[in-house]
Amino acid sequence: MKTVGSLHVTLPSEREIALTRIFTAPRHLVYRAYTEPDLVRRWAAGPPGWRFAVCEIDLRVGGAWRWVLEGPGGERMGLGGVYREIVPNERLVSTERFDEAWYEGEALSRVTFSEERGETRLTVTVRYDSEAIRDAVLQSPMAEGMAHGLDQLESALKEL
Amino acid sequence: MATASLPANRLDLTFAALADPTRRAILQRLMAGEATVMELARPFALSQPAISKHLKVLERAGLISRGRNAQRRPARLETRPLAEANRWIEGYRAHWEGTYQRLDTLLEELKNEEVELGRIHFQGDAS
Repeated sequence: MKTVGSLHVTLPSEREIALTRIFTAPRHLVYRAYTEPDLVRRWAAGPPGWRFAVCEIDLRVGGAWRWVLEGPGGERMGLGGVYREIVPNERLVSTERFDEAWYEGEALSRVTFSEERGETRLTVTVRYDSEAIRDAVLQSPMAEGMAHGLDQLESALKEL
Repeated sequence: MATASLPANRLDLTFAALADPTRRAILQRLMAGEATVMELARPFALSQPAISKHLKVLERAGLISRGRNAQRRPARLETRPLAEANRWIEGYRAHWEGTYQRLDTLLEELKNEEVELGRIHFQGDAS
């Protein structure tokens, strides 16, 4: 079955979201795209119009990663975490937290890279502190928060 | 959070039911048409009680319904909860698909760079 280009989203447990995607590239390149700041900047900035203001990666266990994204209106969104486990070309486990905590607590992200016949299967599993937080993240994707800008997100949160 | 207005319990049941590979395979089989427990047990190499257990989970999640004939009670697919679950995660999926398409582009460039580097390296070796 040809699955290139189709992203599968599953909910493996009450607190997790998992993404699976096949890339037609060897896994050492996908791993590089995830771990080298100059490469991360080229694809991970979110919706069109957003770009990286800061992208720092201290790739060692206990090392920090930090992103600051800037939107078309100059709005900023910072997030970061600490690497817990690093197996080059295989697995990255890190914590994840947003500056403007639009979800509570700290998430744990596990990224695995596996290669089959020159293609790479990427699996990203993020575990949140609770089911309610997981569901909130799923329903208000980062895309939405970023597209509308943080101001609107903040005012929406105040209405809760 | 404001987002709690969803039919959360129903979705939980749906996703929990879908989390099991055997149950997903059963649903796939039922896409081809209704089937009895006996008919389902055969291809899956599972006992009939094991299949019945899976069917109960699927039925509780509203993913299948069972016929009234007390003897056969064929299981048939109910598509509405699946469509609902899909809609629920579609926005999230679309966001990440857009992001990963940019990664596809980057990876193509990196692959080409490696080919180029390999060629330079090879020429270097040959000279």
